[in-house]
Amino acid sequence: MNTAYLTEDRLPTGTRTGLSSLDALESEAIHIIREVVAEFERPALLFSGGKDSVLMLHLATKAFWPGKVPFPVLHVDTGHNFPEVLEFRDRTVERLGLRLVVGSVQEFIDRGDLSERADGTRNPLQTVPLLDAISRHRFDAVFGGGRRDEDKARAKERILSLRDEFGQWDPRNQRPELWNLYNGRHTVGQHVRAFPISNWTELDVWRYIEREGIELPGLYYAHEREVFRRDGMWRAVGEVSQPRDGEEVLTRTVRYRTVGDMSCTGAVESVAATAHDVVIEVAASTLTERGATRADDRISEAAMEDRKKDGYF
Amino acid sequence: MTITDFQTATLFRFATAGSVDDGKSTLVGRLLHDSKSILADQLEAVTRTSVERGFGGSASGEGQGQQIDLALLTDGLRAEREQGITIDVAYRYFATEKRSFILADCPGHVQYTKNTVTGASTADAVVVLIDARKGVLEQTRRHLAVARLLRVPHIVAAVNKIDLVGFSEAVFRDVEEQLLRAAAELGLPDVRVVPVSALEGDNVVELSARTPWYTGPALLEVLETLPAVDELENEFEAFRFPVQSVIRPQGALAPGLDPEPFRDYRGYAGQLASGVVRVGDSVTVLGSAAGTQITTSVAGIDFAGTSLPQASAPQSVVLRLSDDIDISRGDLLVEAGTFAEASQDLHASLCWLSPKPLREGAKVLIKHGSRTVQGLVRSIKGWLDLASFSEGPAADLGLNDIGTVQIRLASALPVEDYERHRRTGAFLVIDPVDGNTLAAGIASGVPDGEGEPRGG
Repeated sequence: MNTAYLTEDRLPTGTRTGLSSLDALESEAIHIIREVVAEFERPALLFSGGKDSVLMLHLATKAFWPGKVPFPVLHVDTGHNFPEVLEFRDRTVERLGLRLVVGSVQEFIDRGDLSERADGTRNPLQTVPLLDAISRHRFDAVFGGGRRDEDKARAKERILSLRDEFGQWDPRNQRPELWNLYNGRHTVGQHVRAFPISNWTELDVWRYIEREGIELPGLYYAHEREVFRRDGMWRAVGEVSQPRDGEEVLTRTVRYRTVGDMSCTGAVESVAATAHDVVIEVAASTLTERGATRADDRISEAAMEDRKKDGYF
Repeated sequence: MTITDFQTATLFRFATAGSVDDGKSTLVGRLLHDSKSILADQLEAVTRTSVERGFGGSASGEGQGQQIDLALLTDGLRAEREQGITIDVAYRYFATEKRSFILADCPGHVQYTKNTVTGASTADAVVVLIDARKGVLEQTRRHLAVARLLRVPHIVAAVNKIDLVGFSEAVFRDVEEQLLRAAAELGLPDVRVVPVSALEGDNVVELSARTPWYTGPALLEVLETLPAVDELENEFEAFRFPVQSVIRPQGALAPGLDPEPFRDYRGYAGQLASGVVRVGDSVTVLGSAAGTQITTSVAGIDFAGTSLPQASAPQSVVLRLSDDIDISRGDLLVEAGTFAEASQDLHASLCWLSPKPLREGAKVLIKHGSRTVQGLVRSIKGWLDLASFSEGPAADLGLNDIGTVQIRLASALPVEDYERHRRTGAFLVIDPVDGNTLAAGIASGVPDGEGEPRGG
């Protein structure tokens, strides 16, 4: 190259093949998971049965092999979950011999500590039971499957994100994160949210699920379902998700790109029946995963930012 | 989104650095847009905002006369828009057939040193934006100096707004000359210079017909072909492995495993910081107990049920050793014969990242690899003027200052010279009171060990 300037004493001696991008991401995530387990006393992993949390658990099993995963999993149950996802959750926990801690949105509503929102969605209501579970079980580090490609607030959050006693994220007061040295020091009352797959994209996640043969709840793959159209999304017909007047119920072949609260998660029409099919579909998709399927993220441009500041995942 | 070949595609991390109004947001937006990493709903939102804000530039992003402000693709948090500032580094992702990219988008104005240091610490390259009309500014020199200090292997200088100087080769050559001179003064190993127009798209993803005098590759192609840190065979890159934890699964074996083969299992979990390790290699254990150095050999390399013949940085693995040695988190395994000795005296440059100034006599925590020890800042020896890369006297260090210090450690650490060992020469300075990260530490003046490291 005519414009290159090379000093004599620092010429690279040659090049070799690097790790594939998936191997590099896997290695980074495992390093982070091991650091957190080594430096914290009571870590837990947020586990909803959604693909990112399933992936996280898979990484944790690899990180500590031949030992078992050395922390419990925590699920904040909105009470509006897909039954097949709950069944998958319980089966996975059983298979890996883990302890499951559940924080229940329904219990908070029944006690009058939370009230149902006008729009019926319960995703934003998860924050209070989450913080309650964290303080009740004295978790000092909570692993989450958040990725920076999901949202502009997440794009700026650290891999180890310090939260105060109210669980709040303060974007103006984040610790610089340098090299692969993670600073998990915290004072009493503070805890840390750890996001080992921060640097993965949706496509990376699916590629990895395909490569590793990771089992997911069936609704991530194409299946027939009774649905109706609302806000430009296909909503499943279920106990908490009923069509209003004028919303016609149809049978469609659909799959879910994200699995959250039934009342705000939409399906996409798809014939992708395997992880490989999904990889091809995601690569060709023209919509982001949250834009396509999450009503709660459409509330405002800064919906995620606001929720995070209040202590959300 | 492009289908990336995941069998061969590698990961490349780069940081962007620029001064105010040099068009960095537009360039990042252009890279994301032209590499088709922007999806329809994002583009629709940006187009809507462009119209609302009356964007009238000539960046026809989508053809058919549709005009969008590409800078909005990297628009930040509401907290930032409200205050008109950019809060630290944002990470962005895009992929081509050859590579997946992680872009650390570092804001140019507020706290530029803090942000550039953070972004550059993990970067394989730094893309420095330069306004063709303004040439190399003091800010540019600072960015180059930070990249030099952190030993980022490649600098890519994007000489932007080449359209505003009439695609003039003379202007470009002049800026290039200034850059290469600054790079030579700093001893930067590898600098590529590309004339671009982020607004119009020239030489960003596609080569432009309007700069026929430029014979090099477009910016994206440069980023696709530069070797990443872990693809470079560095003559100093001997095997280094900070032990993260000891895996002894007795009593807590993963479900489904036959307990018999694991009755006496003892493995050391960690991520290779540098180099390559093979089964049978002689390795020295640098123990956290004062001055211990024991040499043994690698009996096995395990990863999630698979036995590997070898592993290279940055793989995370579990190592088994031939001898039963007392090893714990914080110990460092190195290729036998490649390390001098751990020391209680640390000479280093610090990039000070906290509003709380550093004074002599301060008690701090030093995090190096998987160990954290106490330290006492004995003296502040100097303050580095980034613009001239010369050192002057200093009594304290404030936010965004870079200075050299002498630190006495409560126990010896196997810190190496950052010039030669980027991972094992780096450390964090942490406030023992509130736990905040105070500085990025770069060790210097450490004598290198004897012996011939093997390389990849």
